Amino acid sequence: MRIPTRSLALIAAMTMIAPAHAQQSGGTLNLVIQPEPPGLMMGLLQNGPTQMVAGDIYESLLRYDTNLDPMPSLAREWEVSEDGLTYTFHLHEDVKWHDGEDFTAEDVVFTVDVFLRETHPRLRASLVHLESVEAVDDHTVVFTLKQPFGPFLGVFEAGTMPMIPKHIYEGTDFANNPMNSTPIGTGPFKFNEWRQGSFIHLVKNEDYYLDGKPYLDEVYYHVIPDGASRAVAYETGTVDVLHGGSIENFDIERVAALPNTCITDAGWEYFGPHSWMWLNNHEGPMADVNARRAVMHAIDREFARDALWAGRGQLATGPVSSSTRFHDPDTPSIDYDPEKAREYLAESDYDGETLRLLPLPYGETWQRWAEAVRQNLQEVGFNVDLVPTDVAGWNQRVSDWDFDLAFTYLYQYGDPALGVSRTYVESNIAKGSPWNNVAGYRNAEVDELWMQAAVSPSPEERQEIYSEIQNRIVEDVPVAWLLELGFPTIYRCNVQNLVTTGIGINDGLRDAWIEQ
Amino acid sequence: MIKAWKRFAQNHGAVIGLIILLLVVLVAVLGPMFFPQSPWRMVNRPFLPPFAVDGVPLGTDAVGRDVLIGLIHGARVSLMVGLVSTVVALLIGVPIGALAGFFGGWVDDALMRFTEFFQTIPSFALAIVLLAIFQPSLFYIILTIAIVSWPPVARLVRGEVLSLRTREYVEAAILSGQTNLQIILRQVLPNALPPIIVLASLMVATAILLESSLSFLGLGDPNVMSWGYMIGAARTVLRTAWWLSFIPGIAILLTVLALNLIGEGLNDALNPRLTRRSE
Repeated sequence: MRIPTRSLALIAAMTMIAPAHAQQSGGTLNLVIQPEPPGLMMGLLQNGPTQMVAGDIYESLLRYDTNLDPMPSLAREWEVSEDGLTYTFHLHEDVKWHDGEDFTAEDVVFTVDVFLRETHPRLRASLVHLESVEAVDDHTVVFTLKQPFGPFLGVFEAGTMPMIPKHIYEGTDFANNPMNSTPIGTGPFKFNEWRQGSFIHLVKNEDYYLDGKPYLDEVYYHVIPDGASRAVAYETGTVDVLHGGSIENFDIERVAALPNTCITDAGWEYFGPHSWMWLNNHEGPMADVNARRAVMHAIDREFARDALWAGRGQLATGPVSSSTRFHDPDTPSIDYDPEKAREYLAESDYDGETLRLLPLPYGETWQRWAEAVRQNLQEVGFNVDLVPTDVAGWNQRVSDWDFDLAFTYLYQYGDPALGVSRTYVESNIAKGSPWNNVAGYRNAEVDELWMQAAVSPSPEERQEIYSEIQNRIVEDVPVAWLLELGFPTIYRCNVQNLVTTGIGINDGLRDAWIEQ
Repeated sequence: MIKAWKRFAQNHGAVIGLIILLLVVLVAVLGPMFFPQSPWRMVNRPFLPPFAVDGVPLGTDAVGRDVLIGLIHGARVSLMVGLVSTVVALLIGVPIGALAGFFGGWVDDALMRFTEFFQTIPSFALAIVLLAIFQPSLFYIILTIAIVSWPPVARLVRGEVLSLRTREYVEAAILSGQTNLQIILRQVLPNALPPIIVLASLMVATAILLESSLSFLGLGDPNVMSWGYMIGAARTVLRTAWWLSFIPGIAILLTVLALNLIGEGLNDALNPRLTRRSE
């Protein structure tokens, strides 16, 4: 028996895009892009700025709403077999690449099995569960798994699995293909011009497969390298949309109060940006669980959110973000309590060593945050020195475990098996990367649970295991969880349907239109 | 000496400068005793404007730290950086200048080419490069400022020594069998002192500005509260909380102005001939 999931998704989609006005075609939308991306070939480059622009050019099989439920994109319907091993996708039939060629199931097979397997480390980690991917006919693709892999339906996101044209890339050196500078996708907008240091210009794809879409005629992504200048560009009307993180947090309140200005925190659910401090479990004072608990109780996260993050985002209760699947809201949270912190500190082995705290070198907010945390820690009796670094230095020190505490934040990609377990399992302890289990957390029982949860076929069972994992990890405090970061998008209120999915404007401007 | 002091006292600007500087020194020395709490402590709501709430007369910064306490503790850091780095710069510059000027010949050539090497690189750019190499701690900041500011000292001292070593009393000293070192230390340098003092007073001012500029760019010691740090941290909120940049800015302005006034006063007082000429 096969479970049709499309009807559910349709209902979800319809309730979300309840149109108050009829969509109007035409107009130009001006956005900022920060920093300027290194390129737009999304199959090769997996950084944020690339996806924000190239999300208009490339598409994947599915989109995800803000609850992370799948919605149709290049696939109009799909089925998952009951044993969780076979995923069948039915593609839209009249989709064309920007150069006029037909988009078919062969492109999907090439993209997944050949191109991205070579170029996309994050997808590759999920593809180890894949037995085969086959084109049944021109518009049907079947993915067969070796064993059930719970999060599999979550990897069809545009940044994780962008569709790549087989007729351009097959048999070439992907990284050096001359077409990389003029990307060809199936998306609602075509690449037109990139003036380095100034702007990227996209134009409407007239042959888009959804009737009437896209609504906009053209889109400009402006490169403005300074936060204050970006705020000014919005004020003067040069740009209409400021994506999350593009202006200083201190400025958000002021800019959001300008006339005809809307602000939304939505559009980050798939990423679930989760911030914490790595605590060095390998050696030094933070190897002691009581000292780690003392840190957790000492830091005033609510203050940091209100003072430094414009009151946006929420306190992280544990390893799993509340926007990620299988988050357990009943995990006991560790509250700000300096008294308790002092008690734990007294029980620990800590005897006054100076702790090295690495701020994240991403600008003012992170620097101020590190200063506030240092003060929090000093008030309960720790000695803390900030160790200033640039991005390269931060990478190196974190990769070499050369710190006691270090700020960081990572994306979760909607599912604990995709974006959470990687920073807690023992098999991921290895010097050389700042994105693995840097803290050095070791717990064989929890490792076993992670494994079970990933391959368990039923969501109920997964929830049960993940709840247990969350409770046990919070007990060990391997890292000091800080905030689920809020990156609000600020835009003119007459820009409609700007953020409609769980990755926000990264999903492209297919549905966006400007009310005249 | 008394004459010089009289001339200095007649210069109103210099006296005002001296008074301001004494006040700043007083704050730097005694302030932290009266306000011993850490300047990093978050005491109240962030972004309180000056005089809005009792207890924080100059308001609070982006994370609710008391601006007044920061100013007091920052005075100590800024002055210390200014003084110590000037002393270090003098310790490098004076010997090099004195040796070059006294011995002349290839010693002079070698030392002056070495000095010019440092002089041709814009000092601020060099400071940024040095701090990017070193860890930005107070020690290295002082060292960096000293390294970029000693060349003018060397050149000045060389010029003075060049003209002094041909004087009769130096020749007398040579004839009396004094060693070169004795001559430099006892005969030449004491007479070259007035212009060095004037230059040093201006160098303190420059060093304070340089430290502030470096902190402003985020190259300061993040564990030490200085005026430059306060302005740098307030830069991004200039439009919403102007006072956070303005108050420490005024502090830097007054201190640097005071040092310049004093420097000018000293110049007039210690080089009376110059003064008369300008009258």
